[in-house]
Amino acid sequence: MQIFQNVNIDWLGKTKYFVAGSVLLLILGGVALYQDGGPLYGIDFKGGTLLYVRFAQSPPLDTIRGGLAQRGRGDSIIQRYGPPADSVVLIQLEQQGDDDEALDRGKTLILEVLAGVVANTAEPGKQDFNAVNPVALAEVLTRRDPLVLGPASADRYRQLAAAIVEFRDEDRNGLVTNLDELSEVPDANPAVVSTVKEAYYPGSFAVRKTESIGPRVGAQLRSQAFWATVYAVLGMLVYIAFRFEWVYGTAAALAVVHDVVITLGLFAVFNYEISLTVIAALLTLVGYSMNDTIVIFDRMRENLRVSRREPLGVVANKSINQTLARTALTSGLTFLTVLILFLFGGEVLRPFAFALVVGIMVGTYSSVGIAAALVVAWDNWKHSRGVGAKAASGPSSRARQDQAQETRTLAAAGRR
Amino acid sequence: MNPNLKWKLVFILAVVLACVFGLVGRPEVPTSWAQVKSNFGQRIKLGLDLRGGTHMILQVMVDEAVSLTNDQVRNQLATRLRDQQISYGSIEKLDDTRFVVRSVGEGQGSGFRDLVAQTFGPTWEVTTAAGEANSFALTMRPSEVARIRTETLRQAVETIDRRVNALGLSEATVTEHGRGENEILVQLPGVGDPDQVKGIIKAGGLLEFRLVRGDREYSSEADCLAAHGGILPPGTECVPGKASASAAVGQTTQQEVWFLLDRVPGLTGRDLRTASPGPSSKGVPGRFDVNFTVATQRAADFGRFTETNIGQRMAIVLDRQVNSAPVINGRISDSGLIEGNFGKQEATNLALVLRAGSLPASIRYLQEGTVGPSLGADSIRKGFTASVVSLIMVMVFMLFWYRRAGINANVALVLNLVILLACLAYFGAALTLPGIAGVILTIGMGVDSNVLIFERIREELRAGKANASAVETGFDRAFLTIVDTHVTTVVSCIFLFMFGTGPVQGFAVTLTIGLLANLFTAVYVSRAMFHWYLSRMQRGAALSI
Repeated sequence: MQIFQNVNIDWLGKTKYFVAGSVLLLILGGVALYQDGGPLYGIDFKGGTLLYVRFAQSPPLDTIRGGLAQRGRGDSIIQRYGPPADSVVLIQLEQQGDDDEALDRGKTLILEVLAGVVANTAEPGKQDFNAVNPVALAEVLTRRDPLVLGPASADRYRQLAAAIVEFRDEDRNGLVTNLDELSEVPDANPAVVSTVKEAYYPGSFAVRKTESIGPRVGAQLRSQAFWATVYAVLGMLVYIAFRFEWVYGTAAALAVVHDVVITLGLFAVFNYEISLTVIAALLTLVGYSMNDTIVIFDRMRENLRVSRREPLGVVANKSINQTLARTALTSGLTFLTVLILFLFGGEVLRPFAFALVVGIMVGTYSSVGIAAALVVAWDNWKHSRGVGAKAASGPSSRARQDQAQETRTLAAAGRR
Repeated sequence: MNPNLKWKLVFILAVVLACVFGLVGRPEVPTSWAQVKSNFGQRIKLGLDLRGGTHMILQVMVDEAVSLTNDQVRNQLATRLRDQQISYGSIEKLDDTRFVVRSVGEGQGSGFRDLVAQTFGPTWEVTTAAGEANSFALTMRPSEVARIRTETLRQAVETIDRRVNALGLSEATVTEHGRGENEILVQLPGVGDPDQVKGIIKAGGLLEFRLVRGDREYSSEADCLAAHGGILPPGTECVPGKASASAAVGQTTQQEVWFLLDRVPGLTGRDLRTASPGPSSKGVPGRFDVNFTVATQRAADFGRFTETNIGQRMAIVLDRQVNSAPVINGRISDSGLIEGNFGKQEATNLALVLRAGSLPASIRYLQEGTVGPSLGADSIRKGFTASVVSLIMVMVFMLFWYRRAGINANVALVLNLVILLACLAYFGAALTLPGIAGVILTIGMGVDSNVLIFERIREELRAGKANASAVETGFDRAFLTIVDTHVTTVVSCIFLFMFGTGPVQGFAVTLTIGLLANLFTAVYVSRAMFHWYLSRMQRGAALSI
């Protein structure tokens, strides 16, 4: 199978369409950012407390919000997370106060409100089964000894407790609604199940994940993320300038910055959060977007060595066309894998995958339409300065005229 | 077959076997599929976000240690100046690293300097205080400040490590969190509720036994100072205590009570051999004390200390608060108790903290997170599915697009992943959820190299070159470009590793190893495979690519 074997697209002639497209995307992103009042930072950068809670039934979002508001925290963010069937709720609170206890306060408050909200399922004298850890469960089982094993049974019960908790976490996703289901665990005979039922009740929610971050840490992280990206781009610039020339390095760097900015804008449009892993995706993008650009520049350098007298624009077009097959294939393949990650990789990785999905598309687009065009534009501008008075009708249009001529000739030659 | 080629293939096979063995061969060679899975599970270390557990980032207030050193040096200097009979007006602390000695005796300036140089060596810089006659400003040298800070951080890491281990959390790790801000990362796999651990980690744990001067208790710090005309006797300080430390019977109000104590303790927590909780000596049910025994080499000193001070009160000071101040009734040399009406957990925690040693400075919590094991298992499932699906899709595509050469690419790809996983297992690097994403990215980016080479080979074939020559040129020409593209991504990953935290670092590591392994598989292995295939092909037959 082959594709793009004899293409002759005048890429540089279409530069104005590419630029228009970029400007459009930038405006789109800019508007969304403005409307949101800035980028939507995840808790990594904002600081505060975050809880992912899974409910047995449809979560009472309003009740939780009301409960928190009653305690003076009307600023809570409560939203559904993931597919509705999962019944997972995301609860966020900003950190108030800077003292040592502040980090814990948010989490304790949310847990208290949740306990109050679902209080009707609690049974006096019993613990919440969905919050128990294997060690505590083992202790309870050892004490009550449902299998009548005698005193040296601690090990057996530890294994049994681990198996029961594993069943809850892996088979039932952390939430058991009916303790009778425990009979599915091997070794959990009716005596064991009834012992568990005596000591525990099936709580109606389970905390899947918590995160508490001090706000100063968040601000620090933001600044570090920014500088890490800047240094990475500068590093690439120097590397490419070293391998090729300064113009090429700058053009590649500008193209990458263009990619990152558009990606961030689209994050705002689609309302995805910017977290630490998203920055990881963006930094990966910086490295990856350079790849296409380097391949094209590589080809340009090779072609320039062979035919020194051709105008740069023509060489650029030829190089892009020659490498188009490779560009399409590799970007396509990487895009495919990232798309699969986006679709199947789960909620936690979704913003990360989104950054890469968008980034790879925009990156390829910028390598093909913008990076080389920048180099050629600079070259033209340099020549127009050097040539001076000769440019009656404008050097760029003249260069384009020449280009069009050459392209037609090449096309004719290609057809032969 | 070319003997060179034979050795190459043997080498590649050896690498493959080594990797596979590294992944599933230990601790013992598996004889069943279940054993393969269990071995593999043991070899690949999972990050907290896949395993479930708690992580905490703490900051050590190292400047407290600097300030404390300043205090100690001032005390020492005061004593030495008196010994050498160099008169002075006052010694005043200016900030953490500086203090000033005022009104040094006339003509004793050089004696003063000599004394400082002799006692403290080059760690303190002496300058004449500006605008004040006969006054010297002492500043701690930056190198010394840095040394104290680093040492404090290291000690804090060790102490917290001991405490966490004492809790039985053997898989926990306590490490410096490298961002230059004196941070410590504590990782507790499997801990769903960190509250108990936090209490223990945070406790200062500084235990001192200090003599009480005089027999008075004071109601406030001001009262304590006033009773001595504003200037405390040398070598003493006022220390607050809990109301229950008061000897007065029937003291129920939570008033402050202050004591005048010797600065230098007769015994510290470091001198203890063991500490353990025990039922309350007062017989109060449900309340506990902490019993301790003194280390043998210190027992004699402590015995002498208590013997010479019979009848006086000895304050048991915990984290700079007087816990109790019983009267010394007789010589104590080997054991004692700290009574404090503790609950069972409190007493157990305190005993643990005393055994593990005190923290050199206080710590603050900056960040804390817990991932429930159910979420971890979920993430593993999803990550694994995505990896397998993308691998299959890429492999199918390569077969479809490059025909027989696609097999070549697929073998290289699978080998790439095997080497990647083996390296992770070998280095003990943790696999996190972003790490799995890194594996998936490796699949996509890795195959890029193959595409580059194959497209070049196709081009050469189209230009009319013979099979062998086309293959050689393809690999040669594409090599530099492959290196270029890998270098840029790896450099990005280096930045990510330096800047990121656990899961993000996991991603940087997997992607870097994956790409480096890719250089080996997509170039060396793939080329060897081509050569082997070419050597078995009919002369003049078309290369299936």
